[in-house]
This record gives sequence, structure tokens and C-alpha cells, in this order.
Amino acid sequence: MIEFQNVKKVYQTKKQTVEALKGINLTVEKGDIFGVVGYSGAGKSTLIRLVNLLEHPSDGRVIVGEKDLTSLNPKDLRAEKKKIGMIFQHFNLLNSKTVFDNIAMPLVLSGTPSKEIKERVGELLEFVGLSSKARSYPEQLSGGQKQRIGIARALATNPSILLCDEATSALDPQTTSAVLQLLKKINKEYNITILLITHEMSVIREICNKVAVMEGGCVVEQGSVFEVFAKPQTDIAKNFVRTVIHDEIPQSFLKSIGTHIPIIWKINFIGTTSGTPLLSTISKKYDVHLSVLSANISEIQETPFGNLIIEVTGNKNEVDKAYQYIKDEGILVQEVQING
Amino acid sequence: MGNTLWGMEITAEQLSTAFGDTLYMVAISLVFSGLIGLPLGILLVITRNGHILENKWIFNVLNPIINILRSVPFIILLVALIPFTRMIVGSAIGTNAAIVPLIFYAAPYIARLVENSLLEVDKGIIEAAQAMGATTWQIIYRFLIPEGLSSLILTFTTATIGLVGSTAMAGAVGAGGVGDLALAYGYQRFDTMTMVVTVAALVIIVQLLQSTGNFVSKKIRRR
Repeated sequence: MIEFQNVKKVYQTKKQTVEALKGINLTVEKGDIFGVVGYSGAGKSTLIRLVNLLEHPSDGRVIVGEKDLTSLNPKDLRAEKKKIGMIFQHFNLLNSKTVFDNIAMPLVLSGTPSKEIKERVGELLEFVGLSSKARSYPEQLSGGQKQRIGIARALATNPSILLCDEATSALDPQTTSAVLQLLKKINKEYNITILLITHEMSVIREICNKVAVMEGGCVVEQGSVFEVFAKPQTDIAKNFVRTVIHDEIPQSFLKSIGTHIPIIWKINFIGTTSGTPLLSTISKKYDVHLSVLSANISEIQETPFGNLIIEVTGNKNEVDKAYQYIKDEGILVQEVQING
Repeated sequence: MGNTLWGMEITAEQLSTAFGDTLYMVAISLVFSGLIGLPLGILLVITRNGHILENKWIFNVLNPIINILRSVPFIILLVALIPFTRMIVGSAIGTNAAIVPLIFYAAPYIARLVENSLLEVDKGIIEAAQAMGATTWQIIYRFLIPEGLSSLILTFTTATIGLVGSTAMAGAVGAGGVGDLALAYGYQRFDTMTMVVTVAALVIIVQLLQSTGNFVSKKIRRR
């Protein structure tokens, strides 16, 4: 649906050249909710703007629905842009127009008859749950309501792709959650592919199925959300995962360690396996003692995702057997090294 | 001499004619300088770096021309344009003759003010328009102007008041108007009463213009 092929973006200022993107390769499949996460300055904002040519790539190609938009003439490009909706961090609604007129704008631009506009805007207002606000002005709305209007406007022309540029970053946590659920609904009901950028890993966890982590103009890690959450490879990805899944060994425990170095395992459950009584099975089967240092179960895409850190004591033979048993059960287990 | 008023050397008829002349000059020159200044102001915004019709050539030619015109004092412009004025209106003196230099004076001023007003429009809104696939023309009249309208109203209020001030100097080419009365009778003939009345009249005109402008601008901005 959206394909970045070795895309580079260079900004030329008087004094220096800034490489915002250094050869990006990414593929967003139809139906994905693809999240790009990174700190500010990582290049994610530039990346999303390349999709609808708010920015032009310096090198490489961006293919959207089998078309390279840079090769189109202005008229065809405008037609393609109508198939790509976009919502923004600061909503970018027209303050001088009512909610109705804001949502109607993309339709007015394409010369839709006013009767059709009225129908379509009515539908959209209902979909985002703001039918009563048609005659209000954006100033009279809360941030969450403004973003719903932004979403309704983006959907007006029945796009197949929705771009979300930090769409929830200006919203409080509760409103964020409601807007994210709305995006999920759009993805499911209308089968609209969503590409979103964010600096909040919680957004990725809540709605994305795929994620790419960006740093310094490069994609440093990408994969399914499960993969990246369970086994982040890079430091930056680990940091991001840690912001939503707390799997640190408690400080008080670390302090209590004397000369004896404990055996610590980190166990990740995904999906149904988190229901099995793993720990009690192990302690019955093998001669080991287990104590839980940290436990955490969260949901990723409506699937439980558990995170457990345990200390294991027992003779080496039994401990190794227990470790092998967990592995054989198909559960992700890692030994955690403690330094010092 | 007709009836004098409040001990002034001028008659009520003279005062009302002067009022009429001022309003006439301001109105006509406002319309024309607006017709020239508004598109130029829009052009200054959209051709600048990073905007929708980025064009170094147009911007770098237009920008200094406007600055040069704006730095010429009105009284100099009035005289310098005499041959041109004569060509256009057939005479270099009188109320109509004053309108030509007034337009030359106000148009670049309006262009600059319009530019400032439209630059206030949030860039995000332009970005949203581009994302929707709006044409350049659609971006201008569906996004840029409606969003900048409240500020544009204040811009035109300022320009109108500026024109009222400039018409006073148009007396130099025999254009008449309230300002001319103030100069010719109040200042040069030491007729204090005329001076007070004409200045008071100008104050009232300016006040009325400003409060109307503020009112309309606020109304558009919606609270």
C-alpha cells in the first residue's frame, strides 16, 4: 500500500545540509495500522509527509498504491491526494468555519453537489459522535472533539489511507484512548490503512500491528508489535518498550545482593500461554524455588502480553532442567545478567 | 461669503464640501489601492520561501519595489507623479488628480499590511489544504483569505485611516478636503476655531473608522 524504497531527504540551508532521512526502507501493507515511533528530530515527521508529498524525497521512491506520486502531473496528484486522508497534532481546522463546513471542505474542493455534501457530512458527524456540534465553531470544542472533526474531515473523500501526524500528542490520556479506539474502528470498519507517527509507545501498543523505530533519520528496528515488544534489539527500542512495560528489577532487590549472584529469568508470555499456571508447574516438577520480582500483564492488540521477572534458586542441574522446560513450552525466556 | 459658523472664517458649506471631498478621495483611492495592494500582498506571501507558490524571482523583485515606493514621502510622490497624473486624469490639480498619487502611496502600504495579516495564518492550515489536494487558487480563497479575514479587516481599517491623513497633504495640489481646510485656514491664517473644528472632524472620522473596523473584525473572529 505504501512503500518507501531507499528514501532520502536532505534539507539545504545556507550554512549546512541536514540529512533528515538516510535511506528508509519500509512497507506498509493494506489494512495495517503501522506505527513509527521515535524521539523528536528522528525524522518521522518528514517521513509521513513524504507519503502525500507535503515533502518531496531527495532520493529514492515512495510508492503509494502502486503509484509513484512524484511522477504524476499536478491534476492527477490532486486526485491521488484525495485518496489519502491526514490528521494533525494541532488539528489544523479552519477557525473561521463551522464544524459542518470544516468537514465539508474536501468535498467542496472537489465540486461535490451540496445535497451530497449534506448527506455525507451528516454521516461522518454521526460516525465520530458529534452530530450535535455541526453548527459550532472549532474554538468551542475540546481537543478531543477537534481531533474527531479532523478525523471526519480526513474521511470525507473516502480515502484508502489515513496518515496520523502525532494525532494524540496534544490530548490527555483519556481522550487519547478514545481517539485511538476511533482510529481502530476506522481501520476495521472501512478497511483503511493507517500510518501513524508518535513519540508515545503506549499509542503503538494500543492500536498498531506493526512498528518501526526511528533514530537519527534511520529506521533502526521494525517488525510486528509483538516482536518488538517481546524482544527489542536496539537500545532505543528497549527504552521505548520500557516506557510502557515496566520490567526492571526492583532497586531494593539489587541492593540486597551480596557476594552471591542470583539467577534471574525474564519470561514473556504471549496470548493464551499466559493463562497456564507455569510457575506452579515448575516448582512442583523440579526442585527449584521461585520468587517473583516483577510481574506485568498488558494487552497488545487484544492479546495478553505478560512480562515476568523471577529469581530462581536451586541446584544447577534442576535449574537448567526447569529452564529447558519453559523453552520447550514455547515461552520466551531469557537469563538476565546482573553486573556487580 | 456665506454664513460663518462659530466665529470661523469658513462657512458651513465649505466644511461640508470638504467632508465630501475627503470621503470621496479616501473611498476611491481605497478601492483602487485595495484592488492593487491585495493581490500584491497575497503574492508576497505565497511566493516566499517554503510557501505554496515559492518563487524567488517574483518575491525578490516585488519586495524591494514595495519598499522603495513606501519610503518616498507622500508630498514628494504627489509632485513626482504630476506628469503621470496629467496623463491619466487630464489634469494635475483638483480632487481627482490627488487620487492617483494616493493610490501609489496606499497600494504598497496595503500590500505590506496584507502580507503581515496573511502570514499570521497558521501554516498547519495551509498544510491541511495541501494534503486535501486543494489547488493554489483554492488555498488562497478557501483557506488563506477566510482565515486571515478578521486580521485583513483591521489591515484595511489602518490603510483607510492612513489615507485620511494623506488626503490632508493632497491640498497641495488643490484637492480640497478637511485636511486642506485645516492647513489653509487654521494653520496658515491663524484661524484657531477652524483649526479646532477641522481637527475635531478628522478625529471623529478616524475614531468612527477604527471602531467600525474593530467591530467587524471581532464579529468575524467570533469571540
